[in-house]
Amino acid sequence: MQSPFFMVRVFKKICFYAINNYMNYIFYFLIVISVVIGAVNGKLQDVVNSIMTGAELSVKVAISLIGIMAFWLGIMEIAKKSGIIDFIAKLIKPVTKHLFNEIPPDAPAIGDIAMNFTANAFGLANAATPFGIKAMEELQKENDKKDTASNSMCLFLGMNTAGFQLVPTTVLAILIGIGYKNPTEIIAPTLLVTTIAFVSAIIMAKLFQGFSVKKEVKNDENS
Amino acid sequence: MTKILNLISLWILPVIILTVLTCGIIKKVPVYEEFTKGAKGGFQVAVKIIPYLVAVIVAISMLRASGAIELLAQLLAPVLAKFNIPADTLPLMIVRSLSGSGALGIFSDIANNGGADAYSTKLAAIMLGSSETTFYVLAVYFGAVGISKLRYAVWVGLLADFIGIVAAVSVCNLMFA
Repeated sequence: MQSPFFMVRVFKKICFYAINNYMNYIFYFLIVISVVIGAVNGKLQDVVNSIMTGAELSVKVAISLIGIMAFWLGIMEIAKKSGIIDFIAKLIKPVTKHLFNEIPPDAPAIGDIAMNFTANAFGLANAATPFGIKAMEELQKENDKKDTASNSMCLFLGMNTAGFQLVPTTVLAILIGIGYKNPTEIIAPTLLVTTIAFVSAIIMAKLFQGFSVKKEVKNDENS
Repeated sequence: MTKILNLISLWILPVIILTVLTCGIIKKVPVYEEFTKGAKGGFQVAVKIIPYLVAVIVAISMLRASGAIELLAQLLAPVLAKFNIPADTLPLMIVRSLSGSGALGIFSDIANNGGADAYSTKLAAIMLGSSETTFYVLAVYFGAVGISKLRYAVWVGLLADFIGIVAAVSVCNLMFA
């Protein structure tokens, strides 16, 4: 006779699987919903056409990255060889050693993360992406499971998706373009909002990290 | 204040490049050779992220083409009217995390329809300026290192986006309503 806790354990296993493999479900449901709702709306032709345009757009985005990526990766290589990255990493160590506590405090990733953050803060998306990818490559070196995101990576991604920026340059340009009288009045509220989102991304990443550590310990006990 | 920030934005890249190159020369780093060595990676990274970008961008393009976002906006409209959120900013809230160019297009629509000083233009501007396209960042950054099991990264990104929306609505209500 199975113990009554058997079902609970199965349920827990399913939840754990869902949390760790949700990207498969997100991908699946995005496409299922698109086809079903597209058919109901009579927009199925548009949905089919968007496969082509979407695929084309993705390659365009990737190709357009090559040049600027090559340039900044080249600059980063010089910065690494001349010790600048190590210097920056040492400078911000007091903060980052608490945030990225799973990698060595002197890891080269820290310098790259700092460069990425600086570029983002000044709205230089073109430079921020190569720095961010470099940081990810360094974090991947410290990662045990090469196909699975580490806690440091999730935190770094959270910081990036929150999109911390001192001045929203693109938005300001559009506002000026349509004749907004006082476009600078949105700078302060935008900064406040982006700071709130940025800080909460860090807090949530840390909470998730704590939760997943406990989960791993529990799993070891079970096995 | 804005002028200073704009000046910094203009000068930061030249200053970074000059500093790196000058330090390299002083430290006797062969800057041309090291530059080309590093730059080689640019092509590989771009090729490596293509599969991840295709998966994310195609799925999201299909979703946008199906009219599902307008449908969701219609369903949510009565709920959000209670919080003094204009209905035309709803699609932006939904698209913001999914597609950067889509969000920019919706923002332009809101700004052009609502006029320069409309409340919804201000709210949309703050929402657009204060966050990043979560799914694009995930695809590019994790794609570049070949990671397909993202664990809790999407939840962190989406929850931060949601908190950003709530914060934008509250701040906008306090300042401009």
